[in-house]
Amino acid sequence: MNNNSIEFIKVEKSFVRDDGSRQVILDKVNFSIPAGKTTVIAGESGTGKSVTLKLILGLMRADGGQILVAGNDITQIRGRKLKEYRMRFGVLFQGAALFDSMTVYENVALPLRERTKKTDSEIKNQVLASLEQLELLGHEHKYPAQLSGGMKKRAGLARALQLEPEIMLFDEPTTGLDPVMTHEIYQLFAQTQKEVGFTSIIVSHDIPKVFNLADQVIVLNKGKMDVFPSPEAIQWSQKPHIKAFVKTTMGEIYQSHLVE
Amino acid sequence: MQANPIARLGNTGLSVISDLGRMGLYLLQMIEGCFRPPFRFAEFMRQLNFIGVGSLVVIFFTAASTGMVLGLQGYYSLHKFGAEGMLGSAVSLTLIMELGPVLTALMVTGRAGSAMCAELGIMRISEQIDALDCMAVDPFRYLISPKLLAALISIPLLTAFFDVVGIAGGYIAGVQLMGVNPGSYFEGMRNSVTNHDIWLGTVKSFVFAVMVVWICTGRGYFVHQLRGVGFGAGSVSKVTTQAVVFSSISVLIFDYLLTAVLL
Repeated sequence: MNNNSIEFIKVEKSFVRDDGSRQVILDKVNFSIPAGKTTVIAGESGTGKSVTLKLILGLMRADGGQILVAGNDITQIRGRKLKEYRMRFGVLFQGAALFDSMTVYENVALPLRERTKKTDSEIKNQVLASLEQLELLGHEHKYPAQLSGGMKKRAGLARALQLEPEIMLFDEPTTGLDPVMTHEIYQLFAQTQKEVGFTSIIVSHDIPKVFNLADQVIVLNKGKMDVFPSPEAIQWSQKPHIKAFVKTTMGEIYQSHLVE
Repeated sequence: MQANPIARLGNTGLSVISDLGRMGLYLLQMIEGCFRPPFRFAEFMRQLNFIGVGSLVVIFFTAASTGMVLGLQGYYSLHKFGAEGMLGSAVSLTLIMELGPVLTALMVTGRAGSAMCAELGIMRISEQIDALDCMAVDPFRYLISPKLLAALISIPLLTAFFDVVGIAGGYIAGVQLMGVNPGSYFEGMRNSVTNHDIWLGTVKSFVFAVMVVWICTGRGYFVHQLRGVGFGAGSVSKVTTQAVVFSSISVLIFDYLLTAVLL
């Protein structure tokens, strides 16, 4: 188990629209993500889920507040330190973000080539092993444009896992996948997390299925966050917007009524 | 919509200033990336091929037609004063100091600059640049600095190629078609073109190389942060148009400034 907990303290983020007005994405939000556990961030489109991931990665800067990762405030770090900090992450982007000009093999091998001193044959063995695990063997010489959505996601996942990250961020990992593949990807998450013990954050629309993986659920709404210690807890929330969210994503909760 | 026009003006001002600041830092990072190991030889060669070899044909046709037009027009103007013997020096000086560097930079902007901008723009909106950042791979060293180095080598060479082809074009139009004495065409050139003129043309081509790569790649790199270009594929197309326009205008402005300072 690692100590890579993440804590947001009064984090603010807003964007300036084209007409000059401000759109508040995160309004002084506080929450913490426990180390070695899986946190699912849910919420409607445009509520700032991906922004939250980018803030954690330091790809965007918060307008105010602190983001503590393993106890260190990362909102102020820059340059080489930021680079070292990012090395601890594995990220699966929404559209997989594979490099168009490289084959699947080259994509998956890139982090190993750039960040490790492994020899070509070691890299080859490792890459082919993970491609086999993700059922991509035989497609290693294809370019991303020749792959289906699911294959791209799997290749992106293979690339993200190469450096054995301490924290994994998944931005909509199963969007565009068929139910069988979704299930397999989820199993793979659970399995690798068990083996590696990374802290994982999943931004997903795939509710309620993704809740099977969740230790904690965070729902984003209008710049505010509601944190639930378990997927079950969200269903019993009395807040109107959470009730509405549960109803649209999971359907009516079964309750027995006595007909009077 | 924001109703207050003063606030809007202020916001526009702020965004222009932050854009300039961003581009300034971008230029520094791009130059710094050229000096930090490891050197990306394969990517550098790919860019050299794309910017340099790939532009040869378009530069050849531009230079040939420019040189021939200069030969013809120069002949008609000089003929009025009976000074056809000056044709060689007029054509060569115009090409070496002015048209060679400027037209080469403009053609490279249109052909390679637009492609570089679109490539980086697409990489940005499809999160490929974020992915590089997350793997702690420096996008400058990996993607942008090899382009700058390739442009710094290929644009001056393309300019030299432009000058030679243009002078040959002037020779064909002036000497072969209009009957100017070939000896006086080349002798006039030899007498009037100095090392300083060639140096001026070369300095311009180096400066233009930096400007083209800086502006074209920079617009694509920051496509997500620019206001008023929208999102997605539309933003990349708008930003590519912007890059070509800005880069061309900057080349023309700097052409005047460099001439004024260095002549």
